[in-house]
Amino acid sequence: MADATLEHPATAGHAAGGGYEAPLLGAYSKKVGMWLFLASDSLTFGALLFAFSYNRIYTNPWPTPFHVASIINATVMTACLLSSSLTMVLAVFAAQRHDRAWTRNWLLATMVFGTAFIVLHGMEWTKLINEGLYLPGFVTMLGAQPATSGEYADISKNVPQFTQAFFGLTAMHMLHVTIGVIYLGVVALRKAFLPILAIIWIAAAFLIPASNIFHYPIHVLGVALVISAIILFLKPKDYDAEDVEVSGLYWHFVDLVWMFIFPLVYLMSTKV
Amino acid sequence: MHDVAKHDDSKTQYFWVWGALLVLTGIEVWLGYKQIFEPVRMLEILMVLSIIKSALIIGYFMHLKFETALMRWLLVISVTGCFIIMYFFFFPDADRIIRLGVK
Repeated sequence: MADATLEHPATAGHAAGGGYEAPLLGAYSKKVGMWLFLASDSLTFGALLFAFSYNRIYTNPWPTPFHVASIINATVMTACLLSSSLTMVLAVFAAQRHDRAWTRNWLLATMVFGTAFIVLHGMEWTKLINEGLYLPGFVTMLGAQPATSGEYADISKNVPQFTQAFFGLTAMHMLHVTIGVIYLGVVALRKAFLPILAIIWIAAAFLIPASNIFHYPIHVLGVALVISAIILFLKPKDYDAEDVEVSGLYWHFVDLVWMFIFPLVYLMSTKV
Repeated sequence: MHDVAKHDDSKTQYFWVWGALLVLTGIEVWLGYKQIFEPVRMLEILMVLSIIKSALIIGYFMHLKFETALMRWLLVISVTGCFIIMYFFFFPDADRIIRLGVK
């Protein structure tokens, strides 16, 4: 990644005493822009995580709804994200070697891990909601009624700050992972990714039942499809090593945030 | 400055970082199962482990370790400063509620 920085025309011109002004932070503008975005986004997640920790400290007793199966599921999700970060690093290396085939392959591998994370997370959400862990808005939005009695339903009634914090925090993160997978798809496949995204969106919209919490949110894929198409058709370009590196920064950030959500949300609410 | 050959040779360090992150995750899960600490102490320990993991991700995977010192310190100090302000905003009140109880 440092190689890409050094090979950038602005930096090279400066080194050769050319007419280019030296980059302020020693990096090309796209990278600085992404870092600034990530710094601001980290404050969004920081505020949510602080709010969750605050709730956790002052609520006594705090619910412990996550049994062994949930913890195993969340651990596998964590391993998926960590592995995706490794494949992302390998994609950046391949891009710097100008090895297009392996850049695409590693990016696709990263997307597979990211998709696995989303699917596992979605399955867990569905299970928890069906068993009674829900927000009042879910019942209004969904056709089906979740369980109204039992351990999870009691938590929803008696400790609503847990359900609010859990669903708010994990939904925000899941949205970021979804955007990340689409971002990598655009960088890896460019216009070829659009029909794939369209097929996934239409298939999911038909296959996810109306009673499922993801029946409406899945249309975020449709919004992403329109935005991706506008970007790809209005400014078509061949994404280079810098673009791969910048997309990698975003992806690693998504991984980084999960490193705080996993222990705070899951491990602090474990029932052994 | 890194030449390309040296950079390629150092690729193995990313596998070590990945392994270290998996091991630290394993330790976190083990602590979660054992529950040998009270919640507030557990929160502190898990946060320390998470900060170590995030430092590895930011330093190596996001490559901040290899950026210029100005960029490195500007980002780290500004974001850390904001988190410290958040800390002083949130936790004294949470601590007050623990001591005084919720009425």
